[in-house]
Amino acid sequence: MSLIETQNLSIEQAGTTVLHHVNFRIDRGEIVTIVGPNGSGKTSFLKALIGALPAAQGQVTRAAGLRIGYVPQKLHVDRTLPMTVARFLSMPRRHPAEEMRQALTEAGVSELETRQMTDLSGGQFQRVLLARAILDKPDILILDEATQGLDQPGSAAFYRQIEQVRNDLGCAVLMVSHELHVVMSASDRVICLNGHVCCEGHPEIVASAPEYRALFGTGTQGALALYRHEHSHSHDHNHDHNHDHDHDDGETHAHHNHPKDQKESA
Amino acid sequence: MLDDFLIRAALAGVGVALAAAPLGCFLVWRRMAYFGDATAHAALLGVALAFAFQLSIFAGVLVVCLAMAMVVSALSERGLGIDTFLGVMAHSALAFGLVAISLQQGVRIDLQAYLFGDILAVGRGDLGVIWGGAALVIVLLGIRWQALLTVTLSPELAQAAGLSPKREQLILTLALAATVAVAIKVVGALLIIALMLIPAAAARPFSNSPERMVMVAAAIGAASAVIGLWLSYLYDTPTGPSIVCVAATAFATSTVIAGIKSRN
Repeated sequence: MSLIETQNLSIEQAGTTVLHHVNFRIDRGEIVTIVGPNGSGKTSFLKALIGALPAAQGQVTRAAGLRIGYVPQKLHVDRTLPMTVARFLSMPRRHPAEEMRQALTEAGVSELETRQMTDLSGGQFQRVLLARAILDKPDILILDEATQGLDQPGSAAFYRQIEQVRNDLGCAVLMVSHELHVVMSASDRVICLNGHVCCEGHPEIVASAPEYRALFGTGTQGALALYRHEHSHSHDHNHDHNHDHDHDDGETHAHHNHPKDQKESA
Repeated sequence: MLDDFLIRAALAGVGVALAAAPLGCFLVWRRMAYFGDATAHAALLGVALAFAFQLSIFAGVLVVCLAMAMVVSALSERGLGIDTFLGVMAHSALAFGLVAISLQQGVRIDLQAYLFGDILAVGRGDLGVIWGGAALVIVLLGIRWQALLTVTLSPELAQAAGLSPKREQLILTLALAATVAVAIKVVGALLIIALMLIPAAAARPFSNSPERMVMVAAAIGAASAVIGLWLSYLYDTPTGPSIVCVAATAFATSTVIAGIKSRN
């Protein structure tokens, strides 16, 4: 059984449908990336998956007892709220000091326990969020533009950390990003979202799909070269499977006919 | 010992200050000061209701404050301009409360007592209600502490951890209404929120964790209650406002100390 599954999920916000008829599933240990332009419904989709937004149509099914490690796009800690890193890591469940130290180390920031959250740099803050998410030994890590505000090497390092965490914990990873080249090279599967699922599948398939090109142009070819260089050999066996899946999935293709203006307004 | 009205007044003030401390911290952290005002000002309507239907003041105030808080949080979720909306609600509640009380036939109500409190008239029964209510609020917030803090920090993190932000918001609302209901006798509808906010704000510079901020706020609040009571006895000033003046002085002092500390 998959960890999270959606069937025909539509989401409304302020009376407008921001996401149409999404069928989605993620399995244990998978790394799935969602790409899409601004306002394409990526964040809303993640919020619906964790239950923070209701489904206007269709449904979201989470595996029983599913532990979610959520790393939000940004988190504002009000200056009136005194909070050390260690205290932050203990929310909502408390953990032994040793486990907290280890989680911080795994996330790439050690020795920060006694610092105030409001005193951290952007990169440190994101890594502390990651440490908090992995402390609960999640079945799935969900990251929403987790590298916003990090420079290129910083975010590359961050995603390497994610891969490391996945290898250590064996959890699934679902992330949203617009840093296509970094993210796609680490993904098993990519979903291109723009108000609906435009196309999905193995990163190479998605990158060459016309729907994807229409959204992101061909300028991302260089990124794909990076991808091929690093990973193509190890994932060859997935290729055919995902390729077939992509084309068998009538639901995905049914939406290719959406008029372009509707896509943009979504 | 409880025969002395000053002792009873001091105990009442300290009881309210203890319950007000954690709640005041949440009002500060969640930027809900005006929300608190709207709720507290509705207390006068509760008083009028209590007289009209011969309920206890505590029950009348609790019901009306709870209703007000829930209406306000439901409507503000729909995205009405929150600042303006809360201002409208807070002041209208006050005006309607004053009018409703003046319409009560045949009862002479000491309006002053409900606006500014009447801590020197606290009887043994009142003391029981105040400490009972305060204990209830403290236990309720204590049980849900971790969840309330997580929701305060980020509703989405809470949701991902399987908590319900709506339920926690309701618990806070309930605690707020109960505190207003027990505190109206002590500081009155106009100054209740001051007794929550000011000690919490004064505690901030001396706190490195949420728990410590609550403890320091409780200490400042309790000390303000006792010192304010003493000063009002000494100089024959109204007690509720005197308590708030002491708390405000503590806030000013704490702000100055924090300013000096950060410069060094």
